[in-house]
Amino acid sequence: MVTVFGVPSQALLGQLLVGLINGSFYAMLSLGLAIIFGMLQIINFAHGALYMLGAFVGYLMLANLGISYWLALILAPLVVGLFGMIVERVALSRLYGVDPLYGLLFTFGLALVVEGGFRYYFGVSGQPYPTPKALAGGMNLGFMFLPVYRGWVVIASVVVCGATWFLIERTKLGAYLRAATENATLVQAFGVNVPLLLTFTYGLGCALAALAGIMAAPVYQVSPLMGSNIIIVVFAVVVVGGMGSILGAIVTGYALGLIEGLTKVFYPEASNIVIFVIMAIVLLVRPAGLFGRDA
Amino acid sequence: MAEPLLELAGLNAWYGESHVLHGVDLTVARGETVTLLGRNGVGKTTTLRAIMGIVRKRTGAVRFDGQDLLRLPLHRTAHAGLGFVPEERGIFSTLDVMENLLLPPVVADGGMSIDEIFTLFPNLKERRSSPGTKLSGGEQQMLAMARMLRTGVRMLLLDEPTEGLAPVIIDRIGEALTSLRARGMTILLVEQNFRFASRLADRFYVMEHGAITTGFPVGELEARMPELQELLGV
Repeated sequence: MVTVFGVPSQALLGQLLVGLINGSFYAMLSLGLAIIFGMLQIINFAHGALYMLGAFVGYLMLANLGISYWLALILAPLVVGLFGMIVERVALSRLYGVDPLYGLLFTFGLALVVEGGFRYYFGVSGQPYPTPKALAGGMNLGFMFLPVYRGWVVIASVVVCGATWFLIERTKLGAYLRAATENATLVQAFGVNVPLLLTFTYGLGCALAALAGIMAAPVYQVSPLMGSNIIIVVFAVVVVGGMGSILGAIVTGYALGLIEGLTKVFYPEASNIVIFVIMAIVLLVRPAGLFGRDA
Repeated sequence: MAEPLLELAGLNAWYGESHVLHGVDLTVARGETVTLLGRNGVGKTTTLRAIMGIVRKRTGAVRFDGQDLLRLPLHRTAHAGLGFVPEERGIFSTLDVMENLLLPPVVADGGMSIDEIFTLFPNLKERRSSPGTKLSGGEQQMLAMARMLRTGVRMLLLDEPTEGLAPVIIDRIGEALTSLRARGMTILLVEQNFRFASRLADRFYVMEHGAITTGFPVGELEARMPELQELLGV
């Protein structure tokens, strides 16, 4: 058997795959957080709850209406994105221009309310969500066994992250978003409806979280706690990448997922803390993050 | 005087509790270039920002082509046909020159094409892929003006376009404004550079303490020079 530093290559590749899958969710979630922070200057603590909400919307659609995974991939982000837009219009829009702490506290409270509601109705145990038939089973790659659904998650997340990056960096709408991040008043004076843009941006960030949630449902099960379990790691990813940096969120999401996977192989005791150790080092050396504007 | 395109009547404006404009009255006719003169801090920039709606706390009247601008949300003012070029230029660092140029939405037909803009400002063509804030001060000023010309606005509000620029660049900006005047663009110019303004304007207003104290046509300029020099400290 081939070994790498004394570790069987199959175990190593298996953990790398796990790391890549976790990284896929980190990237999609931190991307939404980065977009929201970059544009609205809101530290969206509700992001984990929105991820959970996306998974639950998909689960409830399947359980009650028989709506398939594929349709839920479209509908769950739309429903959660719309919910986010209503939250932004009704509440968050009143917090612009005040200390960012208010936005953080509001979204933290929102997360507690949403998660508390789902815990009340569904308890803390996970609800199973079946893997779609077309993505069931696995492939023997020769050097490892690859579950098809997990391969799909990685590919889909790369496509979603790439498409979002393209939207922000290469389109007119993205130019409005980037310009409004620098000087929203001037962009509005040019004739752009910036308040509407802010609503859309928050909705987009929420929809990305929900998309990650519905994609995670067959992998992790659907639980009211699934968001709070992942959100702290995702915040660490955003800090390492640079608050508000789109590219930073994507690259750091995958990289830290892989590093976490490798740590599980070589020093499992540190796997739960490695991301936070990296975050602490980055904060000391480069406080704006690896891809942050001041870096 | 021809029909006014822009008309301010008794315009008051506040920054928070600070009362900055105290009943500004002025008119700018269609196709006219009017310069607002005054020392630092008399309210010239605030007048432009109040016309655009960037300063929201206002009373009085701001009418553009008969439309009451005070009722419009900020993002609708540009659609009425007004373009604003701020003193700080407002070039976006995350956008390249071309993205900066194409950023403001087209609000009406009749704007300049990109080719026409590049003919007017050849420097911008050469540097179209550069990040906006990597341009020199003069090039940034050209870009700030150029991006409004695409949009089809009928009137430009220019805030100190020559501030901090070398004489040769000021001449270039002056040529561009002369060309815009020839195309019929209406311009309200805030300017400390009296010599520059005197070459362009049809009429002048002088501001003191947040209000217009006097206004006169360019023909009276020579006769009023001593008075203006004392008033403006030039």
